Amino acid sequence: MTEKTWIGKPVKRVEDARLLTGRGAYIDDHPPVANLFHAAIVRSPHAHARILGYDVAGARALAGVAGVITGEDVARHTRPFAVGVTAPVHYYCAATDKARFVGEPVAVVVATSRYVAEDAADLVRVHYEPLPAVVDPERALEPGAPVLHEAVGSNLANHRRLVYGDPDRAFAEADVVIRERFRFPKYGSTPIETYGIVARWDALDGVCTVWSNFMGPFIMHPLTARVLGLPENRLRFIVPPDIGGSFGIKSLIYPYIALVALASKLTGVAVKWIEDRREHLLASSTGTDRIAYRELAAKKDGTILGMRFRWLDNVGGYIRSPEPGCSFRPTGNFVGPYRFQHLEVDASTVMTNKCLTGPNRGYACGHLYFETEGMVDRLAATLGLDPAEVRRRNLIPASAMPYRSPTGGLYDSGDYPTAFEKALDLAKYAGLRREQAKARAAGRYFGIGLALAVDPSVSNMGYVATALDPQFRAKPEYLPKSGAVDSATVKVDPLGRVIAILGTTPQGQGHQTVVSQIVADELGLIPEDVTVVDEMDTFTRVWSISSGTYSSRFGSVGTSAVALAARKLKAKLVEYAAHLMDIPAAELEFRDGAVRRKTGKGPSYTVKDLAGRAHWNTDSLPEGMEPGLQATAVFGFTVARAVDAEDRVNSSNTYGFIAEVMAVEVDPETAAITIVKYVTVHDAGTIINPMIAEGQIYGGALHGLGGALYEELQYDEDGQCLTGTFMDYLVPTASEAPTIDIAHVESPSPLTPLGSKGLGESSSMTVPAVIANAVSDALAPLGIRITELPMTPSRLHALIKKARAT
Amino acid sequence: MKPAQFDYHAPTSVDEALALLQRYAGDAKILAGGQSLVPLLNFRLSRPAALVDLNRIPALAYIKEEGGQVRLGAMTRQRTIEFSPVVKERLPLLGEATRWVGHLPIRTRGTIGGSIAHADPSAEYPAVLTALAGEVVARGPKGERVIAAKDLFQTYLTTSLGADEILVEVRIPAMPAGAGYALEEFARRHGDFAIVGIAAMIVRQGPRCTVARLATAGAGPVPLRLRAAEEILERDGLGEAAIEAAARRAAELVSPDGDIHASADYRRHLTGVLTKRAITRALGVARG
Ligand SMILES: Cc1cc2nc3c(=O)[nH]c(=O)nc-3n(C[C@H](O)[C@H](O)[C@H](O)COP(=O)(O)OP(=O)(O)OC[C@H]3O[C@@H](n4cnc5c(N)ncnc54)[C@H](O)[C@@H]3O)c2cc1C
Repeated sequence: MTEKTWIGKPVKRVEDARLLTGRGAYIDDHPPVANLFHAAIVRSPHAHARILGYDVAGARALAGVAGVITGEDVARHTRPFAVGVTAPVHYYCAATDKARFVGEPVAVVVATSRYVAEDAADLVRVHYEPLPAVVDPERALEPGAPVLHEAVGSNLANHRRLVYGDPDRAFAEADVVIRERFRFPKYGSTPIETYGIVARWDALDGVCTVWSNFMGPFIMHPLTARVLGLPENRLRFIVPPDIGGSFGIKSLIYPYIALVALASKLTGVAVKWIEDRREHLLASSTGTDRIAYRELAAKKDGTILGMRFRWLDNVGGYIRSPEPGCSFRPTGNFVGPYRFQHLEVDASTVMTNKCLTGPNRGYACGHLYFETEGMVDRLAATLGLDPAEVRRRNLIPASAMPYRSPTGGLYDSGDYPTAFEKALDLAKYAGLRREQAKARAAGRYFGIGLALAVDPSVSNMGYVATALDPQFRAKPEYLPKSGAVDSATVKVDPLGRVIAILGTTPQGQGHQTVVSQIVADELGLIPEDVTVVDEMDTFTRVWSISSGTYSSRFGSVGTSAVALAARKLKAKLVEYAAHLMDIPAAELEFRDGAVRRKTGKGPSYTVKDLAGRAHWNTDSLPEGMEPGLQATAVFGFTVARAVDAEDRVNSSNTYGFIAEVMAVEVDPETAAITIVKYVTVHDAGTIINPMIAEGQIYGGALHGLGGALYEELQYDEDGQCLTGTFMDYLVPTASEAPTIDIAHVESPSPLTPLGSKGLGESSSMTVPAVIANAVSDALAPLGIRITELPMTPSRLHALIKKARAT
Repeated sequence: MKPAQFDYHAPTSVDEALALLQRYAGDAKILAGGQSLVPLLNFRLSRPAALVDLNRIPALAYIKEEGGQVRLGAMTRQRTIEFSPVVKERLPLLGEATRWVGHLPIRTRGTIGGSIAHADPSAEYPAVLTALAGEVVARGPKGERVIAAKDLFQTYLTTSLGADEILVEVRIPAMPAGAGYALEEFARRHGDFAIVGIAAMIVRQGPRCTVARLATAGAGPVPLRLRAAEEILERDGLGEAAIEAAARRAAELVSPDGDIHASADYRRHLTGVLTKRAITRALGVARG
């Protein structure tokens, strides 16, 4: 047993002094190689256009220009990226035949400075034949709609119908059936630091080294190597110690890695590209916009029998891996925290002339719960039941844990009813309802929203195969996929201080702090004794294709690897001490930073003692013991299995829980929404550092608020992006942050050595649901129910005006 | 997002600056606080041959009271206005409006001359200038001229200032002692340009309204003085019905455009709502 002296404490972040005093080491801070050149990317001004040719003479002639790379070079020297579906979509790192969204890269200019590169980029002439564009996913599937990929023949990139249980019977037996159409907006994360890449392709040793703020999953490394025609051990990815936020968005930097690497190869110089904000808004990555048709079947008492989901997920101009994760990432938790067993999911992935998509904090769960929780509230309203009561009647009880969901998820632990009641208590739910009654009587729009969510963490790489047909997966040549793995090394230096080495690509989450807490507890030290080096380098770190920090991974998989490495080391220390003391190892234990007899009597050996001896005098080691005091552990979840023939998959490895209550008031004149109360209760198993957990919850909540109230990448009918600057793409700032009452319930995961689960996405997946429900409740006297986000005051005003007129 | 090449000049006097503007014959841009111009340069939406930087001309930054007006040098920073005792005393509406302009770092650089010359119809200063019937002083090769607010703003981001002219001073009549005032604004986030803003000043004598001043931000291509609404108050007094009527009239007077932040209909609606709120709040602080 490990004593928990540091785990669970709000230990101050060791990163902050560095970051707050401007000493962070980000991709743009220090040129890792001399004589850097700079890239500017020429981008398509058209949403859809055939590329007829390029005229780069003017750009090449400009003083300081090292070279211009066009789509022709891309087609000649690279391969398309593998996509996650069988449709023949040829996705290259830049447009080769057609441009399919505004901002798509069509050429790259490399020059002595970014200024010169941009001047030259202005001189690149691309001859286009503009084509009609389509941006709406339903329109895109209509006959006669412009087709983006001729080889595919339509704009449908993928379609799956998944059936669990017997949904038809559930609907046939239902007392009530509820239907609704929802629209979820396209929004991203806008990390403060944009994408950044430095690539040096060395013609002599054939190694291409790429420094970038890529954050995994490292599956993209072999994919990129293949695109560039490189063996994997000739492509080196290095990630600087600091990344300025990502929230999933930076996993999609990989096409640019290929593009900048190619630019380096063809120009023979080291090339740096730092994405600017306009590029980021036009052409980095966002979540999908989705049109969802939902059906819910229930009994009169509120018991949910089954659901039907019909989704159209809009992935933009190309389906880019890991899409269509937008539909399948939450497969294991499709049913959320509810007991119902019958589900039909009809998932279409549609390509339109918008920028491309990928994971965005909460990947697909913001969409999922916005719809599901909205449906549960509609059920309550239809039956005249309190929405809290309807939820109570459907929750999976604590006694059912661990719970196998009908879609294959293994909910490892939790007590949903307790966490939910805690949220209701904290919010003084009954009091809020009384306040609402008073407000309504006075003609005010006061509403209360609830939202519950199963919070999945640590994606099982195998879920992506849910996109494929079971028949396809059954072919002998098909290789099943699964896994969620990370590694850590802990080593003790000759004076007994510890260095922990990881490659988890932290983006500001505080991994160094958390690792030092874990190692300190495991080895009986204080966090200051532990130096944490968390820098990814594919040539030197032990990594897997699932490595990286995404899908709330670190709190569960990275921390487990650290704990296991420390335990391995501890075991070695005990064995070594046993040899020195000439006592059987079984009679010894590691306690309070030293190896001692279990009886407590006799001599003891501290870590420092043992370290000195082991390093200075290898002769003192027992026979057969490897010299040196270090241990590397690779932790992998064994519950991460490949998707089965019935489309069931444990798509994540640990599952937390979120229960939220929000009260809002809507100004009847301006339609402005004020958050009066917001309570969020989380169960993420063991909380390692409550302060860091709180920071994640705040960030997640604000991110969710962005999608619910402010953020939307908007396009006009011709596919022109209307939100290309921060004047038009509004993100919530500190001034918009509500007060949040946070509480935790701790149901340790049986699957991780520390019992911890992930928490990084947290309320980003519930806030759209809870605030939409609260606003719907506020406007219920007018008969308004929110079906679309973001709820801008202008849109709300239109709804209110229409409702009052009828 | 790097600007195209330009020459850079930092004159130390207005005369020198004027000479530079003439030299570039319309192809030079004046740089004040840079908070609006620099983004335009970086997006290459503006590609002047030269920048004429006014930041080294100390004579352009001052606030003084003269001839019943408060006179502000064009290069007076918004942040200075926020804390100016003269503004607090004699032009409190301008002081209140300042706190709605962007965020602290922006106000630290941004100038009153720049804000007015830029003529963003959603900006607060042009609304205040219009409400209080202020004027600006422009200097050009042919000397000085005074332009009234109503003749200054032509349409979105366009004024009647010539390319060879410099806005050197902003003049706003000092507010009568005891005047009530308010700037009501609705924006999607704190610090954003207004979706709609209403600048109001009320001078009252008991229940009578002797002077009403109302102007918009964000409700059309230029700030609009809501004279017909003012007249209702000056005629019918400051009772609830009169205020309602003025607010309704205000909404009829504007012809806003819709954009991605707000529909034209919503802006018109907000004009009425905010006019009522602005008058009501102004009334609350009016003495007399
Ligand atoms: C994030 C952000 C939020 C903002 N929010 C608001 C807001 O809520 N409300 C608001 O009103 N403003 C807002 N602004 C704009 C800010 O107030 C600017 O400072 C102002 O619009 C321009 O003033 P400036 O001194 O920076 O002028 P500059 O940017 O230097 O110049 C603007 C234009 O005016 C011209 N110009 C400047 N001075 C003169 C002169 N003396 N004579 C002739 N022409 C001149 C320039 O050539 C240029 O065309 C915001 C800006 C930012 C970046």
